[in-house]
Amino acid sequence: MIAIVDYGAGNISSVKKALESLGGIAEVTADPDVIAAAARVVVPGVGHFSRCTSLNQQLRRPVLEAITAGKPFLGICVGMQWLFQGSTESPETPGAGLFAGECSRFPDRVKSPHVGWNQVELRGGSRLLRGVENRSFFYYTHSYRAPVVEQTAALTEYGGEFSAAVERDNVYGVQFHPEKSGPAGLRILENFCAL
Amino acid sequence: MLSKRIIACLDVDAGRVVKGVQFLNLRDAGDPAELARAHAEAGADEIVLLDITATSAGRKTLIDTVRRTSQQIFVPFTVGGGIRTLDDAAEVFDAGADKVSINSAAVASPGLIEEIAGRFGSQAVIVAIDAKRANAEAGKAEVYVAGGRERTGKKALAWAREAEDRGAGEILLTSMDRDGTGSGFDCELTAAVSDAVSIPVIASGGAGAAQHFVEVFTAGRADAALAASIFHFGLPGSAAHAIGELKQTLVGAGIPMRWPC
Repeated sequence: MIAIVDYGAGNISSVKKALESLGGIAEVTADPDVIAAAARVVVPGVGHFSRCTSLNQQLRRPVLEAITAGKPFLGICVGMQWLFQGSTESPETPGAGLFAGECSRFPDRVKSPHVGWNQVELRGGSRLLRGVENRSFFYYTHSYRAPVVEQTAALTEYGGEFSAAVERDNVYGVQFHPEKSGPAGLRILENFCAL
Repeated sequence: MLSKRIIACLDVDAGRVVKGVQFLNLRDAGDPAELARAHAEAGADEIVLLDITATSAGRKTLIDTVRRTSQQIFVPFTVGGGIRTLDDAAEVFDAGADKVSINSAAVASPGLIEEIAGRFGSQAVIVAIDAKRANAEAGKAEVYVAGGRERTGKKALAWAREAEDRGAGEILLTSMDRDGTGSGFDCELTAAVSDAVSIPVIASGGAGAAQHFVEVFTAGRADAALAASIFHFGLPGSAAHAIGELKQTLVGAGIPMRWPC
């Protein structure tokens, strides 16, 4: 069972639908016991980083325990940003700190939010992105972005380069929405289900 | 590079896709869920479902149609028509929409934009503007509501700016002068709105040939272009699915596109 962590962020039902279309069994939950019992954990999200406050309150421990136990973990959009140390969007809300650095707003010279389909530049060796062609397009909708770090698995260029995907052990994060990115996005979710 | 988007619109009336000319003379085009899937598979970057009679007839959006359609597609899905309150929007999101498009209700109570953006995020709110300027300059284009039947006296540019300030994530601009005519988008109006706001602008109304899309992405400075009838009934003289053929033409013209899909 895949636990989709419900912490009040939007767009959760589409993640569930996409996973189920691939034959996965997914449950949207805010119950620490369900998260503990899950084989895989997804933290989806769209919206404001301050929403992570509720993630930090009741759900931080079970989610981090799942990660420590080595269960495949996927953070999507804000769920990926949460893996970093924090975001200037809501400085009082800490992230999980699994990746170094802070998320920040796009510079004023580009339209924000960054909405639409953009390409990824693969760095190679990613398990999550296996079979994805370099320069494939994925769907984005966000105003803040994560820095490029050592564990960045794919980059996207928009007002400078940012992390499109990060990967460390069994912890994965994607800034784009695989559940809304057509066949390329479904491929990634399929890879996640097979990890 | 960020691609320009091709959006397929399904105008729905009583659970069927229809398309008229300048908001009148509706013609049946099929089942919404089937068409949405066919368009997404052919390469549509997004799907918009507009319940076109909802506002005038006082009906709520056809939630079942939304639910059924959303199960079939894995690209962004927007629903509009008859969304008057935060609860109406919540119901549509719950049925599987990623974004809502609000039009008449936003003009009547602009605070609705803030309410929906505050709860679901700006990325989930599209403010649709139906504008008409006849032969006047773009700055004089006026906003109409209730499916194009009521004049508001608001100027399209000022309303687009206000919508952005209130938290809209995108503007869907429909030229009523061009809608359903196939004579091309109103590039002048689209460029004026695109320059007035910093959020993405979706151009709509008038698509009749691939060249019209090239024009609206260059001269019109649109971020996305929406069309309905040419995707349902095909480009003139063409047997292939219109979206694939259109995208190939746009790639050839140097427009950044997600292609092949």
